[in-house]
Amino acid sequence: MEKRAHFSGWTLPLLLIVPQMAITVIFFYLPASQAIWQSFLREDAFGLTSEFVGFENYSAVFEQPEYYRAMVTTVIFSTLVAFFSLAVALLFATQADKSLRGGHGFKTLLIWPYAVAPAIAGVLWMFMFHPTLGTLGRPLNLMGFNWNPMLDGKDAMILLVLSATWKHVSYNFLFFLAGLQAIPKSVIEAGAIDGAGPMRRFWTIIFPLLSPTTFFLLVVTIVYVFFETFGIIDAVTGGGPAGTTTTLVYKVYADGRSGGDLGLSAAQSVVLMVIVIALTAIQFRYVERKVQY
Amino acid sequence: MVENRPFRDFMAYLTLIIGVVLVAFPVYLAIMASTFDTATIINGNMPLIPGDQTLENYSRALFYGGKTAREPVIGMMINSMIVAMGIAFGKILISILSAYAVVYFRFPFRRTAFWVIFITLMLPVEVRIYPTYKIVADLGLLDTYSGLILPLIASATGTLLFRQFFMTIPEELLEASKIDGAGAFRFFKDTLLPLSMTTIAALFVIQFIYGWNQYLWPLLITTKSSMQTIVIGIKKMITTTDALTEWNIAMTTAVLAMVPPVLVVIFMQRLFVKGLVETEK
Repeated sequence: MEKRAHFSGWTLPLLLIVPQMAITVIFFYLPASQAIWQSFLREDAFGLTSEFVGFENYSAVFEQPEYYRAMVTTVIFSTLVAFFSLAVALLFATQADKSLRGGHGFKTLLIWPYAVAPAIAGVLWMFMFHPTLGTLGRPLNLMGFNWNPMLDGKDAMILLVLSATWKHVSYNFLFFLAGLQAIPKSVIEAGAIDGAGPMRRFWTIIFPLLSPTTFFLLVVTIVYVFFETFGIIDAVTGGGPAGTTTTLVYKVYADGRSGGDLGLSAAQSVVLMVIVIALTAIQFRYVERKVQY
Repeated sequence: MVENRPFRDFMAYLTLIIGVVLVAFPVYLAIMASTFDTATIINGNMPLIPGDQTLENYSRALFYGGKTAREPVIGMMINSMIVAMGIAFGKILISILSAYAVVYFRFPFRRTAFWVIFITLMLPVEVRIYPTYKIVADLGLLDTYSGLILPLIASATGTLLFRQFFMTIPEELLEASKIDGAGAFRFFKDTLLPLSMTTIAALFVIQFIYGWNQYLWPLLITTKSSMQTIVIGIKKMITTTDALTEWNIAMTTAVLAMVPPVLVVIFMQRLFVKGLVETEK
């Protein structure tokens, strides 16, 4: 871990590290600690005075029916996006891994949605599935499906899942492909010689060897659905209709902006931080196991 | 392998072609929509072949903006470009310096400093938005490029990436440089920096895309329309319940918003993949 050879003196290294430290302290530690501190305070309506109220904000958060609703929405949303984006990416990756002519071209054609902003992805899908003018949304209604993501919560959720999955498949595809290429071909050939067919080889040899990658991608995808899909939700549904697509992160934003109750919003942020830290910790345990120093 | 290869390859091609079509179709529609006038789109029968309003739409979007958000897109693109470049270069600069300090020097609190930076990996800006907003407001940075850039570079990914890379550089290089009489500055400039070029480029691609695609943060801290970025600007053009939405201009803007980051990914694919796999793992 440590380098034997190094430079001596300590003023220069301190100077080198100062810019990063300053930015980290000002824009990370200060606001993060403020969020925690605020979660224990209650401010009056004008924000002039505040008193320490202990865990009252937290109990208030957990008493809100809307909070549980947002929690359920978040769980449904992340489960669906995680399942579809992992499954589709794995399918494409296994096909692209076969030594095909033009394999590299397919890779390029499949990865570029990574570069599209989540909000733009949402807008594209909104346009395609617009109930009255969308190329796919209008036929749905003509066929009598009564499709309208602006009024129907279920339709809105379907639209969000589709656009969030579309945007994230490319990412999972890249990692699955890298994972597949790291599996020694001799292992798979040995399976073939033993008479295992392609499906059997996939489920008994390839898939178990890919499980670390799958697990890593599962965690990353959940974090993606939590945070990066904010742009999709805000641009496409704004948390509606009637709060049906309000996730935990969207609620922190909406409560802080409209309600002006910073204590409540801060308490929600802290709960989220705990969830994310737990997810990150899991991810690091995995990295520790995988990387051999 | 033992299976019938032609059939296996045929299925693989078929799956991949379907995949490419699924991936491209929404964007294809957006490009088509950017070639028609508003009325053709509103009546719900937009053809799947290009129309004749392309020049008209692009020049109007770029230099005049939409009806609902009368802000020329060219200004938004310049803002997005400044923010994305600022985030990419800012992050590269602060993290290569701090990684150099952590790896190549012994100084008091070195481990503490490393952990202080490292912990930031755990919290994206989204969960501390209001307190961060307050600090940026107190510093008078609302509606400024610094306010858009600085809070988004406060994380450890870059430092970790450079640290990881520096650890793989053989120690003999530093020893040889020292024998040649090079100091800390010369070693950095003549040896470390040229060796790090691939890593720098990879990090640049990832950070550029991250910066260009920002949504929540610019939404919160920009109030002046002249400071708007393109990803935010497009949302103002689509009022989904309103029949008067100029979908042609909105889709023209969407296409313009996708061009720079998609080009970066396509042309720097190898570096992008390298950077991505290394920062995440």
